[in-house]
Amino acid sequence: MEFFLVQTLNGISYGLLLFMLSSGLTLVFSLMGVLNFAHASFYMLGAYFAFQVSAKIGFWPALVAAPLLVGAIGMLVERWGLRQVHKHGHVAELLFTFGLAYLIEEAVHLIWGRSAVEYRVPAELDGPLFRIIGSQYPIYRGFMMLVSVTVLVTIWLALTRTRIGLVIQAALTHPQTVEALGHNVPRVFMLVFGGGCALAGLAGVIGGNAFVTEPGMAAAVGPIIFVIVVVGGMGSLAGAFVASLLIGCMQTFAVSLDWSLAGIKISQVAPVLPYLLMVLLLIFRPKGLMGTREG
Amino acid sequence: MASAGLDPLSGPFANVGEQGLAEFRFTVDAINKRGGVLGGRKLEVIGFDNKVSPQESLNQLKRVIDQDIRYITQGNSSAVAGALIEAVNRHNERNPGKEILYLNYAAVDPAFTNDKCSFWHFRFDANADMKMESLTTWMAGQKNIKKVYLLNQDYSFGHAVKKAARELLARKRPDIQIVGDDLHPLGKVSDFAPYVAKIKASGADGVITGNWGNDMSLLVKAGREAGLDVIWYTYYAGGLGTPTAMGEAAAGKVKIIAEYHSNVANNKAAKWDADYRKQAPKGNPDFYFLRGKIMWDMFAKALNQAKSADAKAVALALEGMKHEGELGEVEMRKSDHQLIQPLYIMTLVKSAAKGGPKEAKIDLEGSGLAPVTEARLEAYTSAQPTSCAMKRP
Repeated sequence: MEFFLVQTLNGISYGLLLFMLSSGLTLVFSLMGVLNFAHASFYMLGAYFAFQVSAKIGFWPALVAAPLLVGAIGMLVERWGLRQVHKHGHVAELLFTFGLAYLIEEAVHLIWGRSAVEYRVPAELDGPLFRIIGSQYPIYRGFMMLVSVTVLVTIWLALTRTRIGLVIQAALTHPQTVEALGHNVPRVFMLVFGGGCALAGLAGVIGGNAFVTEPGMAAAVGPIIFVIVVVGGMGSLAGAFVASLLIGCMQTFAVSLDWSLAGIKISQVAPVLPYLLMVLLLIFRPKGLMGTREG
Repeated sequence: MASAGLDPLSGPFANVGEQGLAEFRFTVDAINKRGGVLGGRKLEVIGFDNKVSPQESLNQLKRVIDQDIRYITQGNSSAVAGALIEAVNRHNERNPGKEILYLNYAAVDPAFTNDKCSFWHFRFDANADMKMESLTTWMAGQKNIKKVYLLNQDYSFGHAVKKAARELLARKRPDIQIVGDDLHPLGKVSDFAPYVAKIKASGADGVITGNWGNDMSLLVKAGREAGLDVIWYTYYAGGLGTPTAMGEAAAGKVKIIAEYHSNVANNKAAKWDADYRKQAPKGNPDFYFLRGKIMWDMFAKALNQAKSADAKAVALALEGMKHEGELGEVEMRKSDHQLIQPLYIMTLVKSAAKGGPKEAKIDLEGSGLAPVTEARLEAYTSAQPTSCAMKRP
């Protein structure tokens, strides 16, 4: 029971981190129709910026500054890159973000080198949060959950309760009408893209020291967040939330189970399970768990 | 005279590859300063990034061949080594007179000096079985070990560790219970918390793992965060970010089986170690691969003895060669091209500066954790019979 509880908490905290990553991706996709291949690279940038800032002035300023920096870069990319490419259609945009991912990775190599950097959990968050019958649960995991839930609630409130949120929602389906009403739709796009990147950056700030900050970290999470967006339903924030928790828990529990099939243990195939889920879902329910559009 | 170092220089294991390359260059420079090889020719090591992928390694091997380089060295990942051995065998068969020699400093799948042995391959690291033989010989005397958990990377090397641990423990300490046995994908797991929770639930008092690089540091980091109180019996916890990730909390909890550490007694490499540290790349301050130094020293000696840069002549000079290593005599066994060398079991403790024992002078990566010798196992302890039927050209 205690084991089950700890594993559930592990699954949820990992799932919430995945959600923070995929929420930006799915928002940008629903609004602009752009599947941003460089999204995970912004996650990596967040971690590296946080490493740099926390080495200079501490972790707490980094928690705010790094996502803002990443968001600013995201806006610049949208304003001077994507928007120019936009007129050539979605394929050009896709290729643009694809190339951008490589550029960011190489830039990281050049600036910070190819090895992992020494980005550590701050001392005040290092230690056990509580104990469940002999197992201790780290403070930092609790902190990760707290940040993710805060972000989730903030986005939800911003999208449903604020004026800009309403404009964004309207621009999702009827961009021309929104523009005709006098709203600056391109600027909304820029803000959303920057916001999505900032979310990825924030995930990098808290994921980079929980795990490892190295140039391969973007490539490591890249595929899994696409799976989440597809499984949840393209463009569905609630879907991404459910899919993140589902996949986080699925991977955690697959590790815990000692079942085996034809000599292969479930725990051995744990990392492949999300992809299996995606393939099955695409066959049987192409719009995803909570998606609205077909295919 | 160029040699190619095929190792990861990007991706999750880049730090491992870079450390090896830095140490090799230091050794090769020293050989060149002594007068080089073959009457004044200089050795040189060129890095080729194989991304620890067997496929990419074969592409890089083509580049090596195109540049007419005849000597390669590789260490990280037995999956890569297996592919390289096959490719080198094939190349050498088809291109007589242009053979390639493969010096392996760290890929320890026992098969490479048993059923897959090759005349063109020389291994300077003790293989997984030899290390496990030594480790279990020592563990057999530790009566407080009751339950162990095996956690390894899911590829040939991880499988070899797991198999050897099971067999040898069953023979030497049948009373030890194996309470868990898991394999995880190589370099793909970022969150080890689920594994740690499972180890905890199993009630293990020790974990045997062959993990290396990030797979090792992330595992112990997750263990520390969850307050997992076990002894780690490891191959590779001694470097590359792992001591830093563990922190001082790990003092007394980590055992390592290897051929060298900086605080070893009667260390003839002490000055060498200190000199290396003075110029070591930032972030990787420690001297780690004594076997790398032995490899290049023996290689240079073989070139000089063969009086030729021809791979076949060098290979013939290298097999059966005895060498006065810094910690005792070593021998490149002729029957299977496996180096037979003394090994050490070490424990990481608080360094002398942090209040640890006097002999814990030099710590690892400035982490405050320093290795001290638990046991020295003479070369014959780990020597294993071989099933190699070497085909000589």
